[in-house]
Amino acid sequence: MSRRDPSPESALSDEPLRIGRHEFRSRLLLGTGKYPSHDVMRACHEAAATECVTVAVRRVDLSGREKSLLDWIDRGRITLLPNTAGCFTVEDALRTARLGREAGLSELVKLEVLADPGTLLPDPVATLEATRQLVKEGFVVLAYCSDDPILARHLEQAGAAAVMPLGSPIGSGQGINNPRNIRLIKDSLRVPVLVDAGVGTPSDVTLAFELGIDGVLLNSAIALARDPVRMAAAMHHAALAGRHGFLAGRIAVTEHGRASSPESGKIAAATR
Amino acid sequence: MSAPITIEINGEARTLRAPLTVRELLTELALPVERLAIELNRGLLPRTEFERALADGDRLEIVTFVGGG
Repeated sequence: MSRRDPSPESALSDEPLRIGRHEFRSRLLLGTGKYPSHDVMRACHEAAATECVTVAVRRVDLSGREKSLLDWIDRGRITLLPNTAGCFTVEDALRTARLGREAGLSELVKLEVLADPGTLLPDPVATLEATRQLVKEGFVVLAYCSDDPILARHLEQAGAAAVMPLGSPIGSGQGINNPRNIRLIKDSLRVPVLVDAGVGTPSDVTLAFELGIDGVLLNSAIALARDPVRMAAAMHHAALAGRHGFLAGRIAVTEHGRASSPESGKIAAATR
Repeated sequence: MSAPITIEINGEARTLRAPLTVRELLTELALPVERLAIELNRGLLPRTEFERALADGDRLEIVTFVGGG
């Protein structure tokens, strides 16, 4: 029997995450919102070793006093993923995506079409319609959606480059509310599946990866933590733990215990 | 010199000298061309069309990237 090289580096080898023509070694995608400062954000991106971050498209500050967020993002190492966050109609999502492509010179878009400002839940019908249109226009669409396996299949058929079911509502910190659906989605798609939204803790990230999904996108769980940089590092380790736990293959669950130590060679048992 | 024009930029009405191209407007506003995108009357205005002259009543949306998730 050949022994595997025991060095941790080789034991933790992995394929890159591939979306469109992009390849990412890190499977953790981060947001750029709600950090205490741009400096803290940059430190978090480094601590999490992320290679892709989402950015929102908004009106410029005409006073010219606001510093550009992009000065805190190392674009040699990090790919920008413009989003359509805050859009409630197909038309607004399309306009925002086109503006994001023009400003960022990238065809990547995180498509988000929400149903209403109360729940912040994605509108499945509008998301599907917008996906079809953006794919026609040459976008590489990462579609944020509800955790419905059939919807996920429709989005893939519509040409989405990645499907991103929510773990739970945006910013809620509830974690993965329906892990069984996330697994069903992963099992029935060929394009990458990323869990987006709802992550609260490192163990949520680990659980997501243990389900076999390809990536996780999170923002608030790091940006609003008491110590964001430490949380970013924790999320990095959590992603690696879950991903490699999945790749290593878990043991079967059994009804009763199974001894790990030998049954033979035990000392004489005391009579009970 | 023609009469001044009034246009709407990001929801704010502004009266400006004419003729004025989009690129000249960006220079006046001290906005960096490379990090923004523009909509003119709800349609995307590609960078290649920034030499276009603005007309009275035009509505512009000038956007850039900000923090988000």
